Amino acid sequence: MIPDNFSYLAPASLPEVWDALHEHPDDAKILAGGQSLIPLMKFRLANPAYLIDLRHVPDMDTLAERDGALVLGAMVREAALERSPLIQQRYPGIHDASAVVADPLVRNWATVGGNLAHADPANDHPAMMLALGARVVAQSPRGRRELSIDDFLVDTMETALQPDEVLVEIHVPQPAARSGSAYLKLERKVGDYAIAAVGVQLAFDGEVISHAGIGLTNVGPKAIRAQQAEAFLVGKQPSDETVREAARLAAQAADPTADLRGPVEYKRAIVRTLTARALRLAAQRATALA
Amino acid sequence: MTTETTPIRGMGHSVKRKEDPRFLRGKGRYVDDIKLPGMLYMDIVRSPYAHANITRIDASKALALPGVLAVITGKDLDEAGLAWMPTLMGDKQMVLPVDRVVYQAQEVAAVIATERYIAADAITLIEVEYEPLPPVMDPFKALEADSPLVRPDREQKTNHIWHWEAGDAAQTDAIFQQAEVVVKQDLYIPRIHVSSIETCGCVASFDSVEGKLTVYMTTQAPHAIRTVFSLVTGIAEHKIRIVSPDIGGGFGGKVPVYPGYVIASVASLKTGHPVKWIEDRSENLQADSFARDYHISAELAATKDGAMQALRVKTLADHGAFDAAANPSKFPAGLFSVITGSYTLKAAHVEVDGVYTNKPSGGVAYRCSFRVTEAVHTIERMVDTLAQQLGLDPADVRMKNFIQPEAFPYTSPTGWEYDSGNYPAALRKAMEKIDYAGLRQEQAEKRARGELMGIGISTFTEIVGAGPSHTFDILGIKMFDSCEIRVHPTGSVIARIGVQSQGQGHETTFAQIVAEELGLPVENITVEHGDTDTAPYGLGTYASRSTPTAGAATAVAARKIREKARKIAAHLLEANVDDLEWQDYKFQVKGSPGRSVGMKEIAFAAYTNFPSDVEAGLEAVDYYDPPNLTFPFGAYICVVDIDRGTGQVKIRRFVAVDDCGNIINPMIVDGQIHGGLTMGMAPALMEAITYDENGNMQQGTFMEYLLPTAMETPVWETDKTITPSPHHPFGAKGVGESATVGAPPAIANAVVDALSHLGVTHIDIPITPWKVYAILEAHGVAEL
Ligand SMILES: Cc1cc2nc3c(=O)[nH]c(=O)nc-3n(C[C@H](O)[C@H](O)[C@H](O)COP(=O)(O)OP(=O)(O)OC[C@H]3O[C@@H](n4cnc5c(N)ncnc54)[C@H](O)[C@@H]3O)c2cc1C
Repeated sequence: MIPDNFSYLAPASLPEVWDALHEHPDDAKILAGGQSLIPLMKFRLANPAYLIDLRHVPDMDTLAERDGALVLGAMVREAALERSPLIQQRYPGIHDASAVVADPLVRNWATVGGNLAHADPANDHPAMMLALGARVVAQSPRGRRELSIDDFLVDTMETALQPDEVLVEIHVPQPAARSGSAYLKLERKVGDYAIAAVGVQLAFDGEVISHAGIGLTNVGPKAIRAQQAEAFLVGKQPSDETVREAARLAAQAADPTADLRGPVEYKRAIVRTLTARALRLAAQRATALA
Repeated sequence: MTTETTPIRGMGHSVKRKEDPRFLRGKGRYVDDIKLPGMLYMDIVRSPYAHANITRIDASKALALPGVLAVITGKDLDEAGLAWMPTLMGDKQMVLPVDRVVYQAQEVAAVIATERYIAADAITLIEVEYEPLPPVMDPFKALEADSPLVRPDREQKTNHIWHWEAGDAAQTDAIFQQAEVVVKQDLYIPRIHVSSIETCGCVASFDSVEGKLTVYMTTQAPHAIRTVFSLVTGIAEHKIRIVSPDIGGGFGGKVPVYPGYVIASVASLKTGHPVKWIEDRSENLQADSFARDYHISAELAATKDGAMQALRVKTLADHGAFDAAANPSKFPAGLFSVITGSYTLKAAHVEVDGVYTNKPSGGVAYRCSFRVTEAVHTIERMVDTLAQQLGLDPADVRMKNFIQPEAFPYTSPTGWEYDSGNYPAALRKAMEKIDYAGLRQEQAEKRARGELMGIGISTFTEIVGAGPSHTFDILGIKMFDSCEIRVHPTGSVIARIGVQSQGQGHETTFAQIVAEELGLPVENITVEHGDTDTAPYGLGTYASRSTPTAGAATAVAARKIREKARKIAAHLLEANVDDLEWQDYKFQVKGSPGRSVGMKEIAFAAYTNFPSDVEAGLEAVDYYDPPNLTFPFGAYICVVDIDRGTGQVKIRRFVAVDDCGNIINPMIVDGQIHGGLTMGMAPALMEAITYDENGNMQQGTFMEYLLPTAMETPVWETDKTITPSPHHPFGAKGVGESATVGAPPAIANAVVDALSHLGVTHIDIPITPWKVYAILEAHGVAEL
């Protein structure tokens, strides 16, 4: 449980971060909350020679609505999301997700940027961000670019970030007037990664679903968008039958592997159950908000 | 300061724990807090393979790392005759392997360095070449003729270790042949780990001037360890001092001698410096001894109306690579033969076969007096299986078959003499408290609506307090225990005991025993243990034995003091010794309540004004050999709800009525029950150690080994009945393990009960959500 030797760098600005990345192209790692990276280092599964801490870089913890989007700085801690009235009231799906990430100790450190950048299919935010249609902002000496969360998440622990890029912000479109989101997770015990989890967002036009987003956690090599289920829901009322069929389609989109969190069939079944429950909850929240 | 009016607070008082202020303030002193001048650090290279030949160990790169002082391998130990050590079960165990590893994470070599970090770096520099061998993981296959041998070092070329049986085979078979009803069930009680929050470790310090080895060690049994150390190393026993400081949980896992202790001691001898070794969490989980791992096949014979008649049990016990359990010598399968439980049976026959596999040694009595958890789970599941088959209520079947209160002392078909009990009273109390009838009605209504709710009962009998010297010994040392009490001139007291607290609250409860017996306030009594240079010899704390053995010794030693005090009191009161009576914590002259003297004054007189025919001072020692074990018991009822969309089991209510005889400190007993219930819930629903076919242990971190937290723990509702032990000096029985033993079957029975209308008769623990969900799907009752 003792990591290999490493040097710790604490740059005070993004350009300094880039300099450090440039100087140590092969053996540096960005450190955010450290709650994924440090455990890997303690098991010596990751042995970076340099850690570049983002903690002292200014303006990385924005949490506000701006220009039609919720802007989350990459360094916003899970605990801040959990406690924010804005998140609680307007983005209940994100609130649900942050409240089930690990345990309170971890949440005091862990960041939403780290959660996405780590691209672990077991992390909770990627699927919720898929459901919400989030966009991420990456910045490098070459400039700033925005990409969809779908394009950002490439594979297991692999994102579209270039070696010189830092994830700086996440933009979540502001919810439509009649909409609701939810994130439901089944875990073996509190603090565990998901057996499976489902993030859902529904927007309504009258009684009819006008937009649906569904993301699945830990049932594939990366967070999965349940496209067929999303398409199926649009234009329908969330009747029991519709919800069941969408849940079935979402389960079909899952591609789990058997492990100590259960066999394949079970995980698929859980996606089905949680999708149905999350859809009902999101619909209920949409009605309550309207 | 205490005054004359300071209350005594002896038996029956919820005295706040004397040890808590230091624990709650982070001032406990654990092994890792010990820092000695010049101390070095040890880290251990461990095997990635479950079974392999070692063809080469090259430590040159590690030795070249600045700060590394030594590397110790099996070959080095072999030269000193220390590559193997005896186990408590008459087997032997590798300290470090010379040419073969037999389980994953086995110790292969040790590095001694000036810093903990250097030691950690150095172990990655030691090159070990392995030649993998096929691992023996399945105990059933281990017994097949063509199985590879786990222990070719033994004369017997088989993986079979021993066969053990109890009861009467012929009589049992005869009853089965005639039986109206026979129910049969296979049960697997999975391998689990004690996971004490403090891992194991030591600081070994050899003083070359005195020639004395001091080892600060996380051990539940310091005295026994000292004797074993002396036997293993040849160092005279007075030149060995074992100190058990504060211990962060033991649960049986800190009774065995682990290789690390021995290697660190050798390292200290070799380097002339103190050497600290502290396991990390994964080492603790992967390599230290395990509990349970019993493959049980049970049959119960009964009449059509549910009268139990005979029990027949065959068991395969997976002991891993070494039989290193810490059972009493005559009991390789512990007290498993208490498996007839709380019920009258005409006959029983129990067989256990121990088997070697390529896993770390098993058989730790994890918060369970030697295999009682396995026994209780079996009988409590079998009673329910019988009830289900006959369409009877499981509470009725229990009531019908209980050993009745007037039948005690009761001799069980396997030969145990139960000291006392009142099982119907405990079950009745639990049923009333939880409203059993109401719950059954609710269940029927819910079933009609398709909802799944279950009610499970466990009416267990424990067997604790080893034990009488005629039957119980460890390596020949009889399982008595001890106390030495010294009353100081001003009336304060030090009591030293042979047992070793790991959270049981001995510093408080043993002070209460002394307070009660001597009539001195509990505040003025210090209890010490754990240092073999000062404490009297004892066998240690496990198997709920502290109160039955050392607790009894404490009372008896105090009574010896009281007898001497009587003579001094007579002298002070100018009365005849025979005219004095001990009343209200004082000696008073019979018939003249005004003429009395308390222990504080007597103590002063014992040093200042004692009669000429009495020695000065006021102290006594007692080595207590209990006449029998004690048999605490309880009635637990659990209510579960099952989520039809996920298979999750939620414990809605859990009522635990415990009977541990007379109670010293009700708050501490309650604490023991709460902790024990949580530890009982854990294997019922969450915890298990498994291996893949290559011998890789799959739960090497707390991410995978699922310890319950407060979030998974329901509100426990505790209550009690009191049936004193007739043979214990103050009528107490052990209690530390009752709940761990009694809880799992209550939960398992509740889950099976919830699904019984679907034809489900058994689910092996841990009852994971996917096991339940598969059943729901198979019966078409899963719902989104
Ligand atoms: C006991 C435990 C339980 C956990 N359970 C859960 C859980 O249930 N659900 C869950 O979602 N997570 C869980 N986690 C993970 C936790 O949420 C992590 O903290 C999170 O996944 C990563 O965030 P971090 O800020 O700690 O990132 P770090 O660990 O600091 O970094 C993670 C990775 O992302 C990179 N990175 C971080 N920030 C940036 C950035 N701005 N730009 C570019 N790269 C960056 C780092 O270089 C590193 O490779 C758990 C962690 C622990 C220790």
